[in-house]
Amino acid sequence: MDMLAGKVKRTEATINTMATRPDAHTAPDRPIRINAEDVTVHYGAKQALFGISIEIPDRAVTSFIGPSGCGKSTFLRCINRMNDTIEGAKVGGTITLDGENIYDPSLDVVELRARIGMVFQKPNPFPKSIYENVAYGPKIHGLARNKADLDEIVISSLKKAGLFEEVKDRLNEPGTGLSGGQQQRLCIARAIAVGPEVILMDEPCSALDPIATAIIEELIDELRENYTIVIVTHSMQQAARVSQKTAFFHLGKLIEVGPTSDIFTNPVHKQTQDYIMGRIG
Amino acid sequence: MTQLNSFIIAALLIVLLGFAYQSGWARSRKLVTANGVKIHSRSQYHGALVAIWVLIPALLILGLWAFFGPNITRAFTVTQIPADVVATLDQPALNAAIQRLQALASGYGVSGDLAPYEQGAGAALRNFQLVTFLIVLAAVAVAGILALLFARSRIDARLRARTHVERIINLLLLACSAVAILTTVGIVASLLTEALRFFTFISPFDFFFGTVWQPNNSGTAGNYGSYGILPLLSGTLMITAIAMLVAVPIGLMAAIYLSQYAHHRLRAFAKPIIEILAGIPTIVFGFLALVTVGPFLRDVGNLVGLDISATSALTAGIVMGIMIIPFVSSLSDDILNQVPRTLRDGAYGLGATKSETIRNVLLPAALPGIVGAFLLAVSRAIGETMIVVLAAGNSPVLRGNPFEPVATITVSIVNQLTGDTDFAGPQSLVAFALGLTLFVITLLLNVFALYIVRRFREQYE
Repeated sequence: MDMLAGKVKRTEATINTMATRPDAHTAPDRPIRINAEDVTVHYGAKQALFGISIEIPDRAVTSFIGPSGCGKSTFLRCINRMNDTIEGAKVGGTITLDGENIYDPSLDVVELRARIGMVFQKPNPFPKSIYENVAYGPKIHGLARNKADLDEIVISSLKKAGLFEEVKDRLNEPGTGLSGGQQQRLCIARAIAVGPEVILMDEPCSALDPIATAIIEELIDELRENYTIVIVTHSMQQAARVSQKTAFFHLGKLIEVGPTSDIFTNPVHKQTQDYIMGRIG
Repeated sequence: MTQLNSFIIAALLIVLLGFAYQSGWARSRKLVTANGVKIHSRSQYHGALVAIWVLIPALLILGLWAFFGPNITRAFTVTQIPADVVATLDQPALNAAIQRLQALASGYGVSGDLAPYEQGAGAALRNFQLVTFLIVLAAVAVAGILALLFARSRIDARLRARTHVERIINLLLLACSAVAILTTVGIVASLLTEALRFFTFISPFDFFFGTVWQPNNSGTAGNYGSYGILPLLSGTLMITAIAMLVAVPIGLMAAIYLSQYAHHRLRAFAKPIIEILAGIPTIVFGFLALVTVGPFLRDVGNLVGLDISATSALTAGIVMGIMIIPFVSSLSDDILNQVPRTLRDGAYGLGATKSETIRNVLLPAALPGIVGAFLLAVSRAIGETMIVVLAAGNSPVLRGNPFEPVATITVSIVNQLTGDTDFAGPQSLVAFALGLTLFVITLLLNVFALYIVRRFREQYE
């Protein structure tokens, strides 16, 4: 109960500091990195997304919120074309990254995914050592010329993910032996190691306890300096804490999008308001 | 007569059971309506409990009769043969005489002339059988009815009939699993005792380390022949190795294709077809080896200047490999599908290609399970008989050339057990020693495979 109260208090505090923080307002004015226009997704006969259009700013955190099954994860997976791996999924409309259509047939999806990294809902380290988990991406993309290079990439990625100090003495132990929060930071390090420009996070904290969640949220805030981050979350408090821009999805439609502080303090649509007040979802 | 007897007893039991169930059910129903007390168990359970109470003494009596009945009948039959005649008969002749009397009693008649006593003795036996049958029947009925009355009198609101019935069902399930376990124990025990008898003729050292397999099938004491298992073991292992060389790559690649690349419609169509391969009787694969594959390999050998026999380790191994492809592919396919989707997504999300994902993430994650599948396939190949009987050439000589005929442990068991077998000499007893060896090999492989598969499961569940 105390923890919950603390969480609520913290949310309010975060919203307040956000309102006063200069970049909280300026973030949506940053240059547009990703532009989606009229994106639809069909899974077989079932339509999951209806005409989503949204602009995602550079080096800021954009969060997608909405009730379960609203399509926010589906849309996230369109951005790095992960829906390609699902049989029967059809994506329509256009999504551009720096003005380049990512659904262009001539575009190499492998290259795209190296530029747009992804962190998943459940921590999913490979059944390999901690070192190998992080080194895997650089290896398949040929980013390191020699072992020393690779070591450096691994160490700097682990440092950026805030995990290095905890695992530096056991880099050769299996990644699956870490705690849930550590595993998720390992997955973030793994994504960073490839040198992406964008990082997509699909409910990265939903399998974690509040303390591990707080650590990851701090990390996201730091990563914002260098990466364009899109995060899907079930927790409105989390969206309020970490993001500068928020998009509310409902039943496969994008209902409202705007600066996070506006969405949470002054939503335009009634559905958004209802969701934020806990009346739907 | 006996069929009719069993039928009468079964009918009696069913009637009794139905009546018992009905009466238990009805009595417990009355409890409900009479005073409105809440009863512990529902009426079905009371009915079932009464029925079980009836069944148990009846089955006990029948079991006792099944166990002691034949001996009692036999003892009675012997008393019907005049003592002076019995004195002249040795054991087999006495058995024959008893059989004649039983045939007479059953009304089928016998060949040859009747001895003076036989007609009367047959009639007496017939009467005896009828009387004992009636006694047993009456005993069953009386015991059943007594049990019914007793069980019925116990019914009241507090009787925990459901608990009792469920405990009995529990015991029944336990008994069923005990049957499987006890059968295994019994088979092992019989293999062991007979194999030990074999080792009184041939020393274990000569058996396990002997390099010559030459049983002297008509030999007598002192000249049994040689029973070295090594030529058979080498044949078995050679054929198994060839089979695995065929089955593992093909099966594994098929599994990878089906689970990762194939369109779901193709998969829905191809997977059952591959699995049908597992349903083809092995003797049919034997034909295939003997009639098609063997001659084909011989011709190919001629073309390239190799001397390949039509029946050889190669022929049997290749066909056996084809036979176990579905084992490998089906099991590997399941295991590849068990690898969590999140792992695959993780690799794709890093920009790994499909083949990189399969090679670097899926296969390592699934490896223990796949090894388990291979070991199960190996133990199946080792125990396979029909293909080898037809296609391996049955030549129990120790040599390393897969193009020549070989013999395996299974084939030699078949050879030693066909024809005259009296289980008095090592010629047929060796089959048990061979069977035991085979059993131990496949048992170890299975245990190892299960151990590996289980470790794989623990990792993801």
